[in-house]
Amino acid sequence: MHAGSRLEHVLRAGRFAVTAELNPPDSADPQEVYNAALVLADVVDAINSTDASGANVHMSSLGSCALLLQAGYEVVMQMSCRDRNRIALQGDLLGASALGVKNVLCLTGDDVTAGDQPEARRVFDFDSLHLLRTARIMRDQGVFLSGRKISVPPRLFLGAAENPFAPPLHWRAQRLAKKAEAGADFIQTQYVFDVKVFREFMARVRDLGLHERIFILAGVGPVKSPKAAEFLRTRVPGVVIPDSVIERLKKTPRAHWREEGIEICVEIIQQVREIEGVAGIHVMAYRQEEAAAEIIRRVGLFPRMLPAQLETVQVQL
Amino acid sequence: MKLLNEKSKTTKLLERLILPLEKFGKEEIFDCRMCGQCILHSTGLTCPMRCPKNERNGPCGGVRPDGNCEVYPDQACVWVQAVERASRLPVWRDHINHLQPPVDWQLQGTSSWINLLTGRDSIQPRGWIPLGETGGG
Repeated sequence: MHAGSRLEHVLRAGRFAVTAELNPPDSADPQEVYNAALVLADVVDAINSTDASGANVHMSSLGSCALLLQAGYEVVMQMSCRDRNRIALQGDLLGASALGVKNVLCLTGDDVTAGDQPEARRVFDFDSLHLLRTARIMRDQGVFLSGRKISVPPRLFLGAAENPFAPPLHWRAQRLAKKAEAGADFIQTQYVFDVKVFREFMARVRDLGLHERIFILAGVGPVKSPKAAEFLRTRVPGVVIPDSVIERLKKTPRAHWREEGIEICVEIIQQVREIEGVAGIHVMAYRQEEAAAEIIRRVGLFPRMLPAQLETVQVQL
Repeated sequence: MKLLNEKSKTTKLLERLILPLEKFGKEEIFDCRMCGQCILHSTGLTCPMRCPKNERNGPCGGVRPDGNCEVYPDQACVWVQAVERASRLPVWRDHINHLQPPVDWQLQGTSSWINLLTGRDSIQPRGWIPLGETGGG
């Protein structure tokens, strides 16, 4: 056990894990973080707090994580290399751990041009693998990258992302292998809308034996309208949505769009659960936390187990 | 392997002579960005520093479905090219799977050839633990 987080307990006990994304608010009011978290609290094992996703400013990932932790929630702190150099990143890893963060997701990050301040200077001192490896070194070797000793190293369950749908498709599993070796304990993938491509990706992952080394959570999420789906696939970097999904929504009467979007997501979850090597799902529903909660309830992944119950499960195993 | 002493006058002189040659040649052929720690042989002879995110370990998740860059939609992703070209190289084919250490930004603009001979380009942060080959590559 690296960090003893609830997410780590769930995964190591062999239970199907559920995480969901929370986009920190454009606000200095903690209540707005809590309002978004409230609907997710009972249905997930951990809440991901995004780090200026899409290169748009929101409350910082660390700030919202600190608030969520105070309220007793389990968090996955997302950390991108876009806005901070290695000095800031290592300091934030220590600070986060001191505040109680036990899960970190190491990302390269969307480019500044994806956001509403494209004139910003991009940092990218590290790539995601450098961040991942550095976090691993800090945790396991108890030193900074300079070799200087850390008196109490951070205890972290380390995550990374992968996009099985972005070219070069045949090399994506190989990149995952690189992340596993660099230090990833778990993976959260980009949105799965094309289950066939995801199946092929997972077959390559199994060929490399990676599903036995790291826990893979498939990214899923609802689309609330044909327009939203079009926006996602054209404006959000890395999201691939097949025409068939958009056609299906277009054929649906407007009043039922939300329902149909949820239904599509539920069907995808049911299919990815059957794929060998998928250890859980990660629900991304930008500012639609209620929809995420509804999806998790509908696929029968509710209620979640408490850590105390999990310990019992582990003993039984 | 150290063939030159980093601090010696000979090295300094040699760098002054070689730098313009290296810069001209590599910028012409590889659109090189002179990071001073060349890994072209690991990337199918594709300069990874052309990636706007400075990715040294493979393509980001933002590559467009047509294989073009997230940031520059009319340009091919350098890592899509790198993966393809590495598979066609007669040698170093599996080097693309190696974990590359963080960039040493102090070497920006210096000669990677001289840095190779002095061993300066293989100096990594003291705490960094390198890895050999990964996966089944």
